[in-house]
Amino acid sequence: MTEMTEASVRAEVRAWLEANWRTDYGLVEWRNILIDSGWGVPTWPTDWYGKALPVGLQAVVDEEFLRVGAVGVAKAGIRRLAAATLLAHGTPAQKEQFLRRSLSGEDTWCQLFSEPGSGSDLAGATTKAERQGNRWVINGQKVWTTSAHHADWGLLLARTDVDVPKHQGLSYFIIDMHQPGVQVHPLRQMNGHASFNQVFFTDAEVLPEHLVLDVGRGWAVATTTLMHERREADGVRNWGKSSSGTGRIYDEERAENATVMEPYKWYPQRAGRVDLVIERAKAAGVNNDPVVRQEIAKLLTLQKSAEWTARRARAAQLQGKPQGPEGSLGKLASSHVARASARVHTLISGADAMLTGEDGAMGGVIAEILVSVPAGSIAGGTDEIQRNIISERVLGMPKEPRTDNDRPFRDVPKNLVV
Amino acid sequence: MQFSFTSEQEEFRSVLRRFLEDKSPATAVRRLMETETGWDRAAWVDLNQQLGLAAIHIPEAYGGQGFSFVELGIVLEEMGRALLCAPYFASTVLAATAIVNAGTEAQKRDLLPAIADGSCVAALAFTEPNGRWDTTGVQATATAAGGRFRLDGVKSFVVDGHSADLIVVLARRPGSVGDDGLSFFTVPGNAAGLTRRPLKVMDPTRKQARLEFQSVEADLLGQEGGAAAPFAKTMVQAAACLANEMVGGAERLRLSALDYANLRVQFGRTIGSFQSMKHKQADMLVDVELAKSAAYAAASAAAEDDPELPAIASLAKAAASEAYMQTAISTIQIHGGIGFTWDNDTHLWFKRAKSSEVFLGDPAWHRELLMRAWNV
Repeated sequence: MTEMTEASVRAEVRAWLEANWRTDYGLVEWRNILIDSGWGVPTWPTDWYGKALPVGLQAVVDEEFLRVGAVGVAKAGIRRLAAATLLAHGTPAQKEQFLRRSLSGEDTWCQLFSEPGSGSDLAGATTKAERQGNRWVINGQKVWTTSAHHADWGLLLARTDVDVPKHQGLSYFIIDMHQPGVQVHPLRQMNGHASFNQVFFTDAEVLPEHLVLDVGRGWAVATTTLMHERREADGVRNWGKSSSGTGRIYDEERAENATVMEPYKWYPQRAGRVDLVIERAKAAGVNNDPVVRQEIAKLLTLQKSAEWTARRARAAQLQGKPQGPEGSLGKLASSHVARASARVHTLISGADAMLTGEDGAMGGVIAEILVSVPAGSIAGGTDEIQRNIISERVLGMPKEPRTDNDRPFRDVPKNLVV
Repeated sequence: MQFSFTSEQEEFRSVLRRFLEDKSPATAVRRLMETETGWDRAAWVDLNQQLGLAAIHIPEAYGGQGFSFVELGIVLEEMGRALLCAPYFASTVLAATAIVNAGTEAQKRDLLPAIADGSCVAALAFTEPNGRWDTTGVQATATAAGGRFRLDGVKSFVVDGHSADLIVVLARRPGSVGDDGLSFFTVPGNAAGLTRRPLKVMDPTRKQARLEFQSVEADLLGQEGGAAAPFAKTMVQAAACLANEMVGGAERLRLSALDYANLRVQFGRTIGSFQSMKHKQADMLVDVELAKSAAYAAASAAAEDDPELPAIASLAKAAASEAYMQTAISTIQIHGGIGFTWDNDTHLWFKRAKSSEVFLGDPAWHRELLMRAWNV
């Protein structure tokens, strides 16, 4: 194989796009051409739709796509995590069945990990998978499942053995969401949105060939999914960016994004909307109030410091330096920023902070900030779990004493699920 | 803006850290802090002969090393970590920077080489007993007298003012107000009519003095009546420098608290195994790392003479003040009773944190400056 350099890759992808990219394709039609060419997921292995391109050169390909406005493979949502997980752990038959349709956007996915009884303690899942004849039968309940109501397939973590310690009794399945044993109910949040679902399994069925890796090795597979989820967390903001072009393919892409991104529309408010603070203070006529000025300055100091810390982490990563402490603090720092921002927005809005919807400040945006911020310090690892991770992995302090790892899962105290 | 250090800068930092660990252990800090001068001339000469630190950001044309504020920031961070007792902030950071900003070419050639090689220790006298950090507090007057000037008034909070060989003084034309009529002057430390009294400072590792001028003969530095701009620039650069010094001290405290939590046993286990301690340490790490990022951004902005520097320097000074003080409070708390004793070293850094919180303007003042810089 010839050596891949930035220049050679750029030239190659540019030539391919010039020869192939057209805006009058259907979205799926174009993506299948892209998948066959290897330019859809160029860092993937050549056996599976890729070109084994070094990860560092992905940006070159992205730039060339952006330059001509070419649409890429389906990126947004859980399908991306499904594809990455199956690429790593799936059987050839699973890869054959699922990878292409995930990349083309034909299949949508959801992640069935969290349960009412196991949040931070994900490995404490109690949803049961029992082998009955030539089927796995699933019973139990999952929660916080984004997009479950329109997902075709689910990534399911379920318990296959209660007589071994908790991490060893889990298995990982691909479950068909379109079956009578799967019921999806929206879960309404305190901010009024229902971006997540509860999923109930009553004798739902999974084919034996849809077990991923081996029985009892589900935790290892789930860890892969979670690693990709953390890696993609920063990407959520870019997911929903559609091209602004005109033509059939762009219309179809916009429609896809609108559906996938619907659950995420309040996420900017969850992060606190620091960007609105100065404009709001001026509009409310309180920008000369010394208390307000102090509070805004505190918030901006925190936010800029957190942003510069992230820049330090990225700069170190680009230089190939080992990750320093600055790389592990982002999640916790962003909780602090969001909470501080909610306080400042309240201070600025005064009595209007009691109102919501069209009676509220900025047509309800400020109210949505105030009732969305509490989610940020919980979702994706609570502040408390983050502090455990920082103190144990970064600072090398003693691990929490555990009483649940050295005995059969059946003997571990659990929540009463009502 | 630069968000990482080059390998040369990292190497410089580690050499410096080893040097200061060797030259400025807590025993040396305790010995010097009990003296009236607060620093030792032989050690100061040694520091500058071996590493040329006093010269670091002074341009080569004036006998300096010509490095940028990024390297100066590294020096200060390491000195803050070691709590080095030396007239470095007074002479190199404040006085030399003021001379670079305000002086004429001839004055820079005349004054800076001796500061750069450490043979002359200089101090910057700008604050007065009213404790204001901007020009509104300047009441000392300079009266023209036959080509020279005569200074009258009182300067206070002058870092190393009682021991400096050369004093750079900010004074005003009689009757002028605000930024008008301000000029810098230089006065020998032993000038006739100058009475210097060391102040009783809470932080004995950084001495301050009260300087009373009674018709003291002085030489003009730079342009008569034109000191407002170079003074403002000096204050902004100094705030960036102080922020770097402070985060060095904060990190040292954080590490000492971590070491202690991992050693101290209560209830049959190290206190570091308690989740409340682990979470406190995680929070301390967030505080210190965020403040470090701001301090590095300020040093980088100072090095590039970024127009955003006034905002970023104030942001960094406020962030470092809060982080250093909070870290000091938590470090004493984690040590428990022993952390409140004179024999334990924590209070040495605690007092530097408290003094630095206020020095060059407290966090509230800098937050207001930040808001003005960003036109809020």
